[in-house]
Amino acid sequence: MKFADFVCFEAIIPELKAKSRNGVITELVSALDKTGRLGKNNSKEIIKAVIKREKEASTGMGKGVAVPHVKSRAVKDVVATIGQSSIGIDFSSLDKKLVYSVILLISPTDDPDRHLQAMEYVFKYLQDEKFRKFLRQSKTAEEIEDLLTEVDENSSI
Amino acid sequence: MQAEENTLEKVVFETSVEIKNADGLHMRPAMQFVDVANKFECDITVSNKANSVDGKSIMQMSMLAATCGTKLKIKAEGVDAQQAINALRELVEEEHFDEPTPSEQKKR
Repeated sequence: MKFADFVCFEAIIPELKAKSRNGVITELVSALDKTGRLGKNNSKEIIKAVIKREKEASTGMGKGVAVPHVKSRAVKDVVATIGQSSIGIDFSSLDKKLVYSVILLISPTDDPDRHLQAMEYVFKYLQDEKFRKFLRQSKTAEEIEDLLTEVDENSSI
Repeated sequence: MQAEENTLEKVVFETSVEIKNADGLHMRPAMQFVDVANKFECDITVSNKANSVDGKSIMQMSMLAATCGTKLKIKAEGVDAQQAINALRELVEEEHFDEPTPSEQKKR
């Protein structure tokens, strides 16, 4: 599995307007919704579900990244997008630090293995300090797309 | 499970576990695993066929993508290695992270 298989490049937000956790989740789900990937009239329910999940346990894993996610019947395969904040967002992260890169994933309800594979791929790179740095330095959606594409191409060699 | 000779408190314990909950080792179970692992002093390494990762790091544990049915090797090194192995084995195989197994899920 590669970023290109599940990241919706058109929904990437290089500079999030929202300044709060819930605002960021709303902004990212709405961006995905605009591309039509979430079917019709599902975005409100998805936003609620992601926030509920986040309240149960933060997906802010430390090192400035958070990976909010939820299962939804609205999608047939994993769909994700990325948002960046230069000011940093309070995600109640494990290390108590602000979050600068948010990867939001919506996974199908009936394919837990597919969700795990997407998460594996995401964390393989989020673990890498260089990747996190390049992501944070990206100023446009194109730069983020280029970074993900480059990573995808190198991992396949 | 086997222990090496206890020289200079270098105790090593290993066990093999199978993921039994239907959703596999997603983030919530991975966090539970890391929480339990961090209660112990010993170093904990978890491996699947391809990777060996730090059992105390949530990011690394999420990289295992351990689906239901996956077998993992847990290795603990340090004074409380045996207790750590027992606690982690119980969490994965007996409690299966308080989540349903595939057969329990069908009944719902």
